[in-house]
Amino acid sequence: MEGMSIIVKKVTQLMVGIIFMFGIYIILHGHLSPGGGFAGGVLIAGAFILLILAFGSSSLKLKKEVAGSSNTESIGILMVVVMAVMAMLFGAKVFFFNFLPKGEAGELLSAGVIPLYNIFIGIEVAGAILTIFLALIIFKEESSK
Amino acid sequence: MTVYLLCFVLFLVGLYGLITRRNLIKIIISKSITEFSVFLILVLIGYIDQGLAPIVDPGTSHQVYVDPLPQAMVLTAIVIGLATTAMLMAIAIRLYRKYKTFDIREIKNLRG
Amino acid sequence: MELTISIILVFMIIGSIFALHAKDLLSAIINMGFVGFGLVICFLLLKAPDLAMVQLVIETVTLVVMVAVVLDSSRREIAVSFDRRSLLNMAVGFLAFACLFYFFMKAIENLDPLGMHTLRMADSYVNGAVEKTGSINLVTGVLFDFRAYDTMGEAVILYTAALGTLTLLRIKGKK
Repeated sequence: MEGMSIIVKKVTQLMVGIIFMFGIYIILHGHLSPGGGFAGGVLIAGAFILLILAFGSSSLKLKKEVAGSSNTESIGILMVVVMAVMAMLFGAKVFFFNFLPKGEAGELLSAGVIPLYNIFIGIEVAGAILTIFLALIIFKEESSK
Repeated sequence: MTVYLLCFVLFLVGLYGLITRRNLIKIIISKSITEFSVFLILVLIGYIDQGLAPIVDPGTSHQVYVDPLPQAMVLTAIVIGLATTAMLMAIAIRLYRKYKTFDIREIKNLRG
Repeated sequence: MELTISIILVFMIIGSIFALHAKDLLSAIINMGFVGFGLVICFLLLKAPDLAMVQLVIETVTLVVMVAVVLDSSRREIAVSFDRRSLLNMAVGFLAFACLFYFFMKAIENLDPLGMHTLRMADSYVNGAVEKTGSINLVTGVLFDFRAYDTMGEAVILYTAALGTLTLLRIKGKK
């Protein structure tokens, strides 16, 4: 896939870092303001999608048939299930029990397990959306060569 | 009541496209439009007049908030809609690679 | 509020009818994007900022993927001809619409008018949520503490869809 013109490449170089940091901010403040794991995860994937679309898959040297993002999403969903099972060891005999201490409402480090869930679900959603994009756009041009 | 009927009309437009269109991409678009109408009617049921968005301001007394349960349901449903649309697009790409057309009647006629 | 949402819904209906009858596939996809962004405005008017954010980013990703798929394929729209089969389709469609309309009118005759909803199930969730979960965002508290099973199910569905897409589009088959 070809890249785009020089203006798009320069603007992408400036904006990709800001979009990535904004996605991390939306994930971390999921329990204080609207957002949470899903919106932040899709935003992080959007930063990578912008990079791939602006520079082209040939100049970024993307290997066909290999998607490293599928390892990331697997680690994300595994940590969600591990944290659910850990709740059984610490607290009551149910999954998904909120076992860490809940601090004062309104602080960044509060609400027990919820920020950790947001982070892992954000990692998982970012990996999944990037895998879907790579599979549908980059892999399919193999057959047309 | 008018708003609910208009949501139902949007659902019927999506269903009409799902039944009568021959192009595979238009079938996927109609399925998406059907899902949008369901999301809208679920959030409409939980709306309260003069209610606030469901984010609590710590330190203020008891306020009236909009119902947060339909919003949680619709958030799950939006992500599931994306997942099914992505799988349908993958099937459409495979069919185009093999039969070189998006027409579902041609694909049914070329058997074997 | 009812008038504003009705006007936006009328625009969405007109846009979706254009999307189904477009001659070019690219213009059909752009009209679907219009319907999706109208939904974002409706969510903002109905005091649901979480939903507006998620729908906005997911609609953008869906549009990018669909445009990239369609641009590489044929964009010709197939002509719809009126033969016996399409008449049968329309008759079945009308019958289904009449049935659905009857059941819909039966279903909404017990609903309160728009804006006067009584929180029957959400009372126990809203009243003690800040003490029980510790988060001031009520939707996140419901999604990740009271109803965390559904969130795990949704994450597994997204994971399965990503793996399924990867498997369906492999080039190297059996040797």
